[in-house]
Amino acid sequence: MSLDPRVNRIDLSKIGNEEQHTNSHLITWEVFHQEKKGKQVIHVGIVHASNPEMALVLAKEQFARRGATTNIWVAKTSDVYSFSYEDEDIFETTPSKEFREAGYYKVRDRIEAYQAKNHTV
Amino acid sequence: MNKEAIKELLYKMGDDALIIGHRNSEWTGIGPLLEEDLAFASMAQDKVGHAQALYQISHEVLGDKDPDTIAFQRTEKEFKCCQLVELPIGEYDFSLVRHFLFDHAELIRYEMLTASSFKPLAQLAKKVKGEIKYHVMHADSFLKQLAKGTEESHARMQAALNFAMPFAYGIFEKSEYEDVLIKEGIFGGEEMLREKWLEKISAVVTAAGLTMPQVADSKIVYGGRKGYHSKFLEPLLDEMTEVTRTDPGAEW
Repeated sequence: MSLDPRVNRIDLSKIGNEEQHTNSHLITWEVFHQEKKGKQVIHVGIVHASNPEMALVLAKEQFARRGATTNIWVAKTSDVYSFSYEDEDIFETTPSKEFREAGYYKVRDRIEAYQAKNHTV
Repeated sequence: MNKEAIKELLYKMGDDALIIGHRNSEWTGIGPLLEEDLAFASMAQDKVGHAQALYQISHEVLGDKDPDTIAFQRTEKEFKCCQLVELPIGEYDFSLVRHFLFDHAELIRYEMLTASSFKPLAQLAKKVKGEIKYHVMHADSFLKQLAKGTEESHARMQAALNFAMPFAYGIFEKSEYEDVLIKEGIFGGEEMLREKWLEKISAVVTAAGLTMPQVADSKIVYGGRKGYHSKFLEPLLDEMTEVTRTDPGAEW
């Protein structure tokens, strides 16, 4: 069956009697973009493709068309493991554990005092 | 350096790029899947960019008219593109096979031109060869995938290849300046390009499980480089220049 929508039109009178084309051979690939060598590779979206080579080829135009790029990674969506959103509460932090957050440490005043004392500004 | 010879080379390359860019852009919005629609349109846009850059060299270095005038205000006879690029988009199999045959020739042509004695063209060649390398990568991936897909996709790719090949050989039609270009080190020549191209595409076609069509010399479609075109170029130019003709020289 053709992927060209103009070739493969659905015959409305036969809906329900015929197997419909679903593009089921196309799986999804997670796409990761790297701006510069050595920088982190960041998830940017997905593409549909039937193999890794084509996923890379298509991802290049979807996600590297604009802006600096040094590399692209793709991985099968089915190879990605994640938590369930139902368990989102595991990420909640109790107020008494603020000391784990960077913002808890108010050291700015100490840095400024040091700089003033040593004339480093 | 022979200005006429360089202009001839810039025009045939620019016209090929402009016309195939216009043709391939016709798939925008009706591509086989969203990602491919976008990729194909983006590559078509690259081609128009190459045409613009080539006409710009003619304008700046040879004192020719500005790129827009060169692109939109010439008659069909003055175009030097090969007939392969003029043909309608047909089914996706043909458009992909044409893209495959054309871009392999483009990549080798620009690689050869990186050593050109005509510096502006050598510089442009170095700048665009990455883009065309991607175009070839894209074409090879699709060719392989569809040739090894289903019975129908394999048959379609083979039929498209058989149909396109006599036109593809027409890419290498020599101009009257061929010897001058080679002698002055401007371009290595169509014959060398054709040999390298044939070797490259034969390897990919065979690896994809397709058969290289044998084309008799008498079946090769020549003429484009001398201004003799298929019946499909004129309507394309009419459409392409419709806006310019309503208000020539308009600025926006």
